[in-house]
Amino acid sequence: MASLIEVINLIKIYKMGNIDFHALRDVSLAVDEGEFVAVMGASGSGKSTFMNIIGCLDKPTAGNYLMDGQEVASLGKDKLADIRNKKIGFVFQSFNLLQRMSALQNVELPLLYNGSPVKDRKIRAIAALKSVGLEDRAYHRPSQLSGGQQQRVAIARALINNPSLILADEPTGNLDSQTSVEIMTLFKRLNKEHGITVVMVTHEPDIAVYADRHVYFKDGKVVKDE
Amino acid sequence: MNTLSTVKIATNALSINKMRSGLTMLGIIIGVAAVIAMISVGSGAREQVSKQISSIGSNLLIILPGAATSGGLRMGFGSTPTLTSDDAKAIAAEVSGAAYAAPLLPGTAQVVYGNQNWSTIITGTSPGFFDLRDWPVEFGAIFTQRDVDGATKVALVGRTVKENLFGDEDPMGKIIRIKKIPFKVIGVLSGKGQSPMGQDQDDSVYIPVTTAQKKLFGTTFPGMVRIITVKAVSPSVLKEAEKNIVALLRQRHHISTGREDDFSIRNLTEILATAEQAARIMSILLGSIASVSLIVGGIGIMNIMLVSVTERTREIGIRMAVGARGGDILMQFLIEAVVLAIIGGCIGIVLGIVGSWLISHFAGWEISISAVAIFLSFGFSALVGVFFGFYPARKASLLAPVECLRYE
Repeated sequence: MASLIEVINLIKIYKMGNIDFHALRDVSLAVDEGEFVAVMGASGSGKSTFMNIIGCLDKPTAGNYLMDGQEVASLGKDKLADIRNKKIGFVFQSFNLLQRMSALQNVELPLLYNGSPVKDRKIRAIAALKSVGLEDRAYHRPSQLSGGQQQRVAIARALINNPSLILADEPTGNLDSQTSVEIMTLFKRLNKEHGITVVMVTHEPDIAVYADRHVYFKDGKVVKDE
Repeated sequence: MNTLSTVKIATNALSINKMRSGLTMLGIIIGVAAVIAMISVGSGAREQVSKQISSIGSNLLIILPGAATSGGLRMGFGSTPTLTSDDAKAIAAEVSGAAYAAPLLPGTAQVVYGNQNWSTIITGTSPGFFDLRDWPVEFGAIFTQRDVDGATKVALVGRTVKENLFGDEDPMGKIIRIKKIPFKVIGVLSGKGQSPMGQDQDDSVYIPVTTAQKKLFGTTFPGMVRIITVKAVSPSVLKEAEKNIVALLRQRHHISTGREDDFSIRNLTEILATAEQAARIMSILLGSIASVSLIVGGIGIMNIMLVSVTERTREIGIRMAVGARGGDILMQFLIEAVVLAIIGGCIGIVLGIVGSWLISHFAGWEISISAVAIFLSFGFSALVGVFFGFYPARKASLLAPVECLRYE
């Protein structure tokens, strides 16, 4: 199978005052299409920085990032925004839903930025909510939903543009263990049934077992890949 | 991302914080209302000035007899009786730029009706005078050229005279006595109000000029008048008419070249132009003071939008994460500012109209609400929204997505 994402000699340096902080030191990694990868490591190990870069939210200081064989690291801001919109779905630890919008509107949000027709949006958003089993909560606000439900809304939002890659940053970090299992089952299903590549950051070993491949970060480097 | 949904997002965002949006708008509301009210008051004042100007007649030339020199002593204007009613007739007939020319022979006398009496100005003139001054009768009719030719004893009374002599009584056809001579009242002139010099123009009686000359004032020279007023066809021919009148009168008065005119001509237009200019400056001044408040309102919008951008950093991050470009974020915040300004502008327009109406009602000033002022201030408020909304919106659009998502 072809590589969906491939990073070569990735380096990221943050300037903190006069001190350079090396968040990533020469990371090279390839993820194939249809893989389910868990990225693990202690906090400060560089795994979040890695996620931000492969999620096109941040740019590396040096190195190459190929997505579908296309060089991404050198693209402009607007091009990166388009890639985030079309190819990547994000799921965050703190859900990151807009509080003053209904679940439906939250799911529709990515469609707002790629010129989808208004009628189309609602149909697709309902379908996405259905696929996470929340179609009867479409008009609830995030505050009226449980944590697990909110995370499922976030997953529906991530799915709406049929992305090839889902990036999850500690998706179960704010959930209890039973809901965590539900969410992980959902990810697993998306990975197996729809062939969506999932890259997930976590530090809980019992969540990581859902993944097929485990990548360990330490001090800005990949130390273990199995 | 289409405009309609952007506007929807903007109004949605504004409705979350109604109190704050309202207060922000208040700046624009007050600004627009002030601009409209001030412009209305200003142009009302201008209209009043030009009304006053037309009340004394526009395009007017006033011809006075010249100064006499007797034994080296130079007297003032009008000290020699050089103008006659024939001069007036000749000007009307021969000077092409002159629409009307009316002789005036004024004098003060006691007017008596029954047991009432009143001292007023009696002016002998010709029927053309009322056209010239644009002064119609309220009742009855103006005397005719035939009355002038026959020196009939008829009189037109001004409003003030009518009120003082007749009270509620109908003056039409009644006989009044001026210097013991009976005159028949054939008309009441419509109210003319005060002259720019503060004279009550309605406190007057008008009679045929010949009657005044022969019967009332007994002039030393036959046909003598004190003033001739001339109305030009249009302001543009005023200068030309003046020149022709000078030539005509010099010829009629047999003044050889090199000798001074025995009359002088005064042009009212310049005084009037000055008055109008002053009123215009006044309204520009009022308008510009009011627009300062509009700018202050704009700064209020900028302030609040900056706060709003900081407050919603995380929202910006989320939107960027799902694919919003910098431009989308810019538009979102810009439209929010513009919507704020436009809603404020609309409320301000309503308030401005109500405000100017109240001013006119309570202060008794004349106002004129112009459509131009309304469109102008509406456009200006939208512009203020764009101008002061741009900086915060641009700031938002330049934020880095990672930083926004990390923001608590």
